[in-house]
Amino acid sequence: MLAAVLILPLLAALLVLLPIGHRGRWPALVTVLTNAILLALALAIAAHVLYAGAFHEWNRSLSIDAFGALLLLLVTFLGFTTAIFSWGYIVERRVGATRTDKVRLYYTLYHLFILSMVAVPLIAHVALVWIAVEMTTLMSAFLVAYEDTPASLEAAWKYVVLTSMGAILGLLGVLILYWATRVAGDVPFTWAGLVTGAPHMPKTLLWTGFLLILVGFGTKVGLVPLHTWLPDAHSQAPSPVCALLSGVETSTALFVILRLFPVLQAAPLVADPRPWFIAIGLVSVGAAAFLLLQIRDYKRMFAFSTVEHMGIIMVAVGLGGMPAHLAAMYQLTAHALTKSFCFFAAGTTLAATGTQEVGAVHGLIHRAPLAGTALLLGGLAIAGAPPFVVFISEFSIFRAGLANGQYLSIALLALFVAVAFCALTFHINRIVFGRAEDSPVHAIPKPCLAALVIAAIPMLILGLYLPGPLAALFRAAAATLGH
Amino acid sequence: MINLFTEPLDAFCGGFFLLTAIGIVSTRQILACLRLFVIQALLLVAAALLIGVKLSSGDLVAVAVITFVTKVVAIPWVLKLSAGSEIYAQREIDQVLNIPLALLISAALVLFSYFVATPMVTAVGQPFTDINLPIGLAGLVLGAFTVTVRREAMAQLIGLLVMENGVFFASISIVPHLPVIAEISAAIDVPVMSLIIGLLIRRIHKRTGSTVVSELATLRED
Repeated sequence: MLAAVLILPLLAALLVLLPIGHRGRWPALVTVLTNAILLALALAIAAHVLYAGAFHEWNRSLSIDAFGALLLLLVTFLGFTTAIFSWGYIVERRVGATRTDKVRLYYTLYHLFILSMVAVPLIAHVALVWIAVEMTTLMSAFLVAYEDTPASLEAAWKYVVLTSMGAILGLLGVLILYWATRVAGDVPFTWAGLVTGAPHMPKTLLWTGFLLILVGFGTKVGLVPLHTWLPDAHSQAPSPVCALLSGVETSTALFVILRLFPVLQAAPLVADPRPWFIAIGLVSVGAAAFLLLQIRDYKRMFAFSTVEHMGIIMVAVGLGGMPAHLAAMYQLTAHALTKSFCFFAAGTTLAATGTQEVGAVHGLIHRAPLAGTALLLGGLAIAGAPPFVVFISEFSIFRAGLANGQYLSIALLALFVAVAFCALTFHINRIVFGRAEDSPVHAIPKPCLAALVIAAIPMLILGLYLPGPLAALFRAAAATLGH
Repeated sequence: MINLFTEPLDAFCGGFFLLTAIGIVSTRQILACLRLFVIQALLLVAAALLIGVKLSSGDLVAVAVITFVTKVVAIPWVLKLSAGSEIYAQREIDQVLNIPLALLISAALVLFSYFVATPMVTAVGQPFTDINLPIGLAGLVLGAFTVTVRREAMAQLIGLLVMENGVFFASISIVPHLPVIAEISAAIDVPVMSLIIGLLIRRIHKRTGSTVVSELATLRED
């Protein structure tokens, strides 16, 4: 079952290149179907992990536990909704290309990008996980540059060079951790093996390896001050690509960093990682919140909000304890679901109005009621207004921190989240309401609307009601982060 | 015979490895930078063979072969193919830092690398780590420095490749028995990275007429 998740996108990447169908409908159809099957597989894998625990395949070279299953579920869900959105945006609206062979290339890269992201939670050997993370950058580079404008090429250049620099630093970190597992005895170089071997590892190796991975993969997550490429790439890429970059690509890199949290906690002589996670997280949340005030581009606004949310997850993990870790898993899920919806709404707005500038769009709700409503919902949801899912997840982080007695951290976090809330709602208000201009708007392709509706369902429902199996998956995933 | 001289020969490779890294920081001609990179990769191959024979590690011999095929043969070819020879033959007009200052900073970075590596070397005390870990770390840091101070796209890419070489120079001593599957995948990663970045350089050249990537600065906070 795990192998199928890797083979399917690879097959689809080739299948979409077949010159069948008219105007690129064939690759769009193949992509929606493949990602629907992947989502079904991910649900089956998650159910299996939930009732039978972590499991392995291919002589233990593929392996998945609850945290991995949750990430896999998020990647495949976003892969599915983004496939639908791409049908409208890339195939019907023809953003960035007039020729069908360029559309086919988009879809090939789309599948390879999905492949690299689903590989991260599935691969057991940590050195190979590193390669999967690096591949997420390389496979998405030309998706970022898809529109071929000087700005998008600039964004793609910064994206590839800076995240590759980070990845190479991370590689040394990974190899130093491997060295540590050899010194500690014959423990397997997997996430679980690192936790069991941690008490016997030399602390300098463990700590140096962790710091290299934190800086290296932190670049890819977009942790401040390593975030400089992120707003560029996440605003210049076509909107469906932004949904994947912001929604799950950052989370796959964060997954690697979070996996080391229980390893550090298991090593008694190494410094406590919790204050580090809280401090790094708060710096990101704070910087992003204040940078959000001055943005002029609404896609850039959602990109900075990603930096903010990555910081919130780091803080939640750093708070420590089961309730905080549970809230971190909740937040990871809430962010992926909501941010993809936000970028679909931003893409719909861009398709309707033709501009990304906040100051250039007024009265969107009158001019393009569907795009306006979507942007309003998305903006409120990602800012953390009730009854959306981000409100619940952020609230549970505050509650967990207060119960731990970490008043200062929570006060700062609440302050920054409030600043970000004001900034987001202020900008959204300027775009959505106000006097409508007479400039014409383009029709919105139907698949884009379908993707918005499907993406909105979990974003709304999970804010009001958390189904039992998903809650159990959150608990099991939180348990992998240790005590 | 070889056993007796392994350690000094490895140190010899390491010394020249470091010199090539510093050379790449300060060489303006892109083609000369690439030649230095190939020499550096050959030194990496030599060091991997030396340590591989000494520790009788088949994995390291595989690393040597893979490094030779990917870095000495494939990468120059991939770059010429993807970015085009015209970009290849360019010369950088100006650098962010002048050369004496860049060399001074490079020296400081090498010292810093020894400072970072020493606690790890003394904590474990494995053969060759006292030579390879600090020099590999210095290669990594000097590569990162190259990426930051060079304006030309191809020079930045070579900086990334120097970083990768540095990591491998360290890894042959710290993890001589890394599974071959990991080696092979890492080896595939490097040409793929060069290919993607090379193609991107060609696109940037075609679209903007220049490969001075430091001039791409329309996206910023204002």
